[in-house]
Amino acid sequence: MDKIIIKMKKEVSDKIIEICDRFNNAPGELINVLHQTQDFLGYLPAEAQELIAERLHIPTAKVYGVVSFYSFFTMQPKGKYPVSVCMGTACYVRGAEKILDAFEKELGIMPGETDKAGLFSLTSLRCVGACGLAPVALVDGKVFGRLAPANVKSIVNEYREMDKQ
Amino acid sequence: MDTIKLTIDNREVEVPKGTTILNAAKQLGISIPTLCHFEFKGMDVHNKPGGCRICVVEVAGRRNLAPACVTECMPDMVVRTNSMRVINARRTVLELMLSDHPNDCLQCSKSGKCELQALAIRFGIRSNPFVGPDHAQSSYQIEVSPSIIRDMNKCVMCRRCEMMCNEMQTVGALSAIERGFPAVVSTAFNQHLDHSPCTFCGQCVAVCPVGALTEVDNTAKVIRAIVDPSKKTVVQVAPAVRVALGEEFGMKPGSIVTGKLTAALKALGFDYVFDTDWSADLTIMEEGTELLGRLKRFLGGDKDVKLPILTSCCPAWVNFFEHQFPELKELPSTAKSPQQMFGAMAKSYFAEKINCKREDMVCISVMPCLAKKYECGRDEFKVNGNPDVDFSITTRELAALIKQANIDFTKLPEEEFDSPLGESTGAAVIFGTTGGVIEAAVRTAYEVYTGKQCPKIDFEELRGLEGIRSATIDFDGLPINIGIAHGLKNARKLLEDIKAGKCNFHAIEIMACPGGCIDGGGQPLHHGNGDIIKARWEAIYQADKEMPIRKSHENPSIQTLYKEYLGEPCGHKSHELLHTHYFDRQTTVEVDLNK
Ligand code: SF4
Ligand code: SF4
Ligand code: SF4
Ligand code: FES
Ligand code: FES
Repeated sequence: MDKIIIKMKKEVSDKIIEICDRFNNAPGELINVLHQTQDFLGYLPAEAQELIAERLHIPTAKVYGVVSFYSFFTMQPKGKYPVSVCMGTACYVRGAEKILDAFEKELGIMPGETDKAGLFSLTSLRCVGACGLAPVALVDGKVFGRLAPANVKSIVNEYREMDKQ
Repeated sequence: MDTIKLTIDNREVEVPKGTTILNAAKQLGISIPTLCHFEFKGMDVHNKPGGCRICVVEVAGRRNLAPACVTECMPDMVVRTNSMRVINARRTVLELMLSDHPNDCLQCSKSGKCELQALAIRFGIRSNPFVGPDHAQSSYQIEVSPSIIRDMNKCVMCRRCEMMCNEMQTVGALSAIERGFPAVVSTAFNQHLDHSPCTFCGQCVAVCPVGALTEVDNTAKVIRAIVDPSKKTVVQVAPAVRVALGEEFGMKPGSIVTGKLTAALKALGFDYVFDTDWSADLTIMEEGTELLGRLKRFLGGDKDVKLPILTSCCPAWVNFFEHQFPELKELPSTAKSPQQMFGAMAKSYFAEKINCKREDMVCISVMPCLAKKYECGRDEFKVNGNPDVDFSITTRELAALIKQANIDFTKLPEEEFDSPLGESTGAAVIFGTTGGVIEAAVRTAYEVYTGKQCPKIDFEELRGLEGIRSATIDFDGLPINIGIAHGLKNARKLLEDIKAGKCNFHAIEIMACPGGCIDGGGQPLHHGNGDIIKARWEAIYQADKEMPIRKSHENPSIQTLYKEYLGEPCGHKSHELLHTHYFDRQTTVEVDLNK
């Protein structure tokens, strides 16, 4: 294999290096470093994982092992309007699965993915603390409660319209 | 030592404190089935994730069944390894594992040697309640790299390979990824092994219990070359093959089968049956001369001379420093590996002798090694796209070929290698184990440097199986400090010392595989039995003793080669044909100022 050189924007690499430094580049802090990096970038692209591996002196495979194991880490950039469907117990017994199905169909993506236009991304969550409104979904941070699969289309359209303006 | 008494299956046993139930039972002759557990005695290799639960036993007073491989014995413990409850639980564990397995045993290259298959046979599995019409399975693409085939749908997540790659080799190409059904051991971003820091040492393949990790199979290519009337086939066999191949035919570990091996290759129909030992002697001439050259410059006060010189005959080790220590890439000897020296000579010197065009010769190697498969394909070892060594097969693949050809290996009469690329010395055969290359180099360098005969030939101080060894050899008044490392984690330690300026060695031998090539990734599977490696190791030195000539520079065929063709060691022609250079292949993250 030839040498692989990964190029990165300076402001991104500076920030990641700063995060790693903040945790003393300690291998044991990998999860915290990944969290903060994802908070900053919205996702964890391969380049970021390579840089983190280099800074913490751990194999990139191990970093990816952690990223792919935990569902809250993602390698997909978030859409402009991230959609999260609650799969907590209360929501689940009230049909959250059907809600998720409806979003998958309407957006044409699976959980963990982002649509081609970069508009929507889809994830599932554990209880968001609004059990009284179950089943619940969050779109761009806004809570939609007492959902039925039939509501999904209009919610999505609402955001599509909003984006056109 | 503190001991503990306990009862296993109604029998009493006394074991040292800290012993696992698994090992205590073994002492009684009770073999509890295991899968993820892997212990390689004498090699400092241990995998005990306690994850697969095939080894569960019942411990009186405990609610849950306990995994025997990680549970330590306690005083007065009462253990049952074969109660109905235990047997049913184990069966369920196995059935669940098999429900996420392709179960295509008939076509699997591990068939007959697979530990999962062996368990299914042992448990008498005939059907599986967990396999339904829509049962979930992982669905990974089969990946073929230059040396290794990865079929991750067969992975049972024992994580032995991960342990080998990370702890034994400190390469870090592999890690557990994902969870649930897709959980497997793979590379970063599940990318091709070629795009990872993998060295192709094959130690992961050597320990994988199932068909998830196997070698690239070149046996069909061999047959095609042999039956092609327009091709001349030239085969070379590495030193470590002759002390291990017999195991594939039920012979006892450590059997030296050089004569039978040669007979088998001739029976298979190769046109010329030669020996990598011949080019190992050649390697000593080149590498030894390079060492002395650097030493003389050093003694003459040259501050820039690159010392210590590092051996370069192990291609996995070459990969390792190219990926992980590119800043030290001027240190290793530029001498090619014996495999590549052989190829270069076969397709020049020997091809001219028999009047055969380069393209009409197929040069094949039999190696204990998976990295050699990859090495054949490196661009530096090609002339106009035609590789010096066309391809390499492992000891295991050769055994398969011999079996396919109805050859009763154990009954073969002994034969000799062909001449001239088949003549060799005892110095060459010890290349097959850790410490051997440097001992062979010392035998020659001493005499060339001092101009005197060396008072001894066996350098016991360089032998052994400890991971890092060192010795000072007296070159008639000049002390030469020698270091030896095998297993890449040990190599890493020496390299860190060199970087920190804490190293006073003049020469260091490094082999990627623990034990050296006798335990290469292409050897008969040892299933963690360290005694097998010990037996091969002893056989190597026995084979050396049995050789009439034991110093590389006394090999008459090599002397003729220099006279007729090469001129002098490290001379112009040698440099062109027998030396190489190294690359920086470290993955680096750089700031892109244009974006
Ligand atoms: S061949 Fe060696 S370096 Fe490559 S993945 Fe296997 S153990 Fe790691
Ligand atoms: S690839 Fe083989 S050795 Fe590695 S975890 Fe899977 S089954 Fe175990
Ligand atoms: S030690 Fe020998 S078998 Fe192992 S990778 Fe190196 S050359 Fe191959
Ligand atoms: S379970 Fe969905 S909000 Fe609590
Ligand atoms: S062998 Fe004991 S848990 Fe796998």
